[in-house]
Amino acid sequence: MNLHEFQGKELFAKFGLPVSKNKVISSADEAVIACRDIGGSKWVIKAQVHAGGRGKAGGVKLINTPEEAINFANHWLGKRLVTYQTDAEGQLVSSILIEECTDIAEELYLSAVVDRGTQRIVFIGSSEGGVNIEEVAEKTPEKIIYEPIDPLTGPLPFQARKISKVLGLNPEQSKEFVKMLPQLTELFIEHDLALLEINPLVITQGGKLHCLDAKITIDSNALYRQPLIQEMHDPSQEDPKESEAAANDLSYVSLDGNIGCMVNGAGLAMGTMDTIKFFGGAPANFLDVGGTATQERVSKAFKIILADPEVKVVLVNIFGGIVRCDLIAEGILAAIEEVGVSIPVVVRLEGNNAELGSKILEKSNAEIVSLNDLEEASKKAVELSK
Amino acid sequence: MSILVNKDTRLLVQGFTGSQATLHSEQSIEYGTNIVGGVTPGKGGQMHLGAPVFNSVHDAVEAVQPNASIIFVPAPFCKDSILEAADAGIKLIICITEGVPTLDMLIVKKRIDELGITLIGPNCPGVITPGEAKLGIMPGNIHMTGSVGIISRSGTLTYEAVKQTTDLGLGQSTCVGIGGDPIPGTSFIDVLKLFEADDQTKVIVMVGEIGGTAEEEAAEYIRDHVSKPVISYIAGQTAPAGKRMGHAGAIIAGGKGTAADKIKKLQECGVHIADNLPQIGAKVKEVVG
Repeated sequence: MNLHEFQGKELFAKFGLPVSKNKVISSADEAVIACRDIGGSKWVIKAQVHAGGRGKAGGVKLINTPEEAINFANHWLGKRLVTYQTDAEGQLVSSILIEECTDIAEELYLSAVVDRGTQRIVFIGSSEGGVNIEEVAEKTPEKIIYEPIDPLTGPLPFQARKISKVLGLNPEQSKEFVKMLPQLTELFIEHDLALLEINPLVITQGGKLHCLDAKITIDSNALYRQPLIQEMHDPSQEDPKESEAAANDLSYVSLDGNIGCMVNGAGLAMGTMDTIKFFGGAPANFLDVGGTATQERVSKAFKIILADPEVKVVLVNIFGGIVRCDLIAEGILAAIEEVGVSIPVVVRLEGNNAELGSKILEKSNAEIVSLNDLEEASKKAVELSK
Repeated sequence: MSILVNKDTRLLVQGFTGSQATLHSEQSIEYGTNIVGGVTPGKGGQMHLGAPVFNSVHDAVEAVQPNASIIFVPAPFCKDSILEAADAGIKLIICITEGVPTLDMLIVKKRIDELGITLIGPNCPGVITPGEAKLGIMPGNIHMTGSVGIISRSGTLTYEAVKQTTDLGLGQSTCVGIGGDPIPGTSFIDVLKLFEADDQTKVIVMVGEIGGTAEEEAAEYIRDHVSKPVISYIAGQTAPAGKRMGHAGAIIAGGKGTAADKIKKLQECGVHIADNLPQIGAKVKEVVG
């Protein structure tokens, strides 16, 4: 699950990390009071969406009067911000962050992730901040440091000094960073983060370290033990079909093609999409109905797939493990009946009682093609999609 | 010979009396697996599916000497259950449960490595040696004793590879589902090492998927240490570049992680590629002749 910048900064502040004085508003009426509360005569105003590249898209602005804040809020609230990281529709702006303006001397990069290779939390630092870090990694890898944290010892001061050197910090700032690194690690562990990114981490004109941005992703598996984070969930930032699927324990990603796919297991779902493509078709979605394809789940899955008007044919590929295929077949028929499916459905059932399952499907009046062979089923779906 | 599990496996089931554990234990017993007992704290002293229930793994170890454990407890308790089994001296632990927090796994993995314990999973279908023992949730009937060793990150995709090699009459030595989580207890490389040393395994099928660099690392290991032919299929060739947050994940992967990158690396290292899912069996047949 992703957090907004203002939520990330709330967490930063909670763990003693330096962030700007700020206010979050959700209507233009609050803009003047927010500016006044923060004080000063210059502010930065930022649209809050779950995507990077906001600055270039006009979602971040330096302002000199509270009136400009009102104008910005009136312009963006309720609209969708399109950046290079969003799709063409963009993300809804439902809140805006106003913060004290920071005078920047230098922009640095700092992040932490769970690294699969070292199986550690790894901090990544670079003197090149505020830019596309992937380019830095490719062109000047020597400007990036990867520092893994041992779960037994936690971050040690020497590691903070190693990172400081690559960041180009002076001795005073390095001391600050020796304090910051355990705070960041504590935040990461206490709230089950998957990603923490500060881009840029800046050095102010006064020579202090300061977190100018905050990007945080939480490990979804750990949400059950993160009540504070659960409250930060913002469904407006997600694709409504994907959210609905998730609410029903289905995993769904919408794609551009016209063959709706319903598969059990994420790996087999990807494999099925690949097979469709291999035979010249285009999958309309990735959909994993999970290990137990019950009638209820199959019905929900049909509803979600058929909500996409591009879908011309549905390919159901179920490898019945422990669950018997005849039960799945009955579930599919009941679901088709319930949902009122009017396009052709190709079903491939494999596993326990697969033949019995196929017989049940063949007897029905619905427009169902039942094929046990994955290759044949995929070819048939592709043919029907043309 | 097979690897990891065989007819001498004495299995303990953690979370034994729960509904999933009960369902799958019944199937395993039917397949011929020797379940010597189970653990459900507070239910010690009862009998379940004809086997004794214990309050702790330590009690079970003392009474019935299991040499492997399978875990079905809910995700929030897996860290505790895995480390309990490890503390009680069990050397092979299989965790079926999905949804274990990643940071729990960082701790678990470090500890089991220190103790020299094999953990398969979490979020995996388990391990089966056809005709001998089934420690997991896979359908037993699609398997057949034979010469193909199968390793996979995905459950149903493993079944697909199993079915195809059975249909062609090749059968399997052992099938290991290592699970799809970012921090798995056992890697492709750990299992490749075992298959390479196993007489019964003549050919290896490695089923991978997009994300991470486990397949790339396995490819290099195969090039340097595996003499048996390896056939690989990578799922996710048509998956779009994910909606990602931040850049850190992408840069730590160093541009790796796509299906195309993985396939290229595997081919460079001498691995045979099945470029379409229904062709895994045929490719194996072609390679072993």
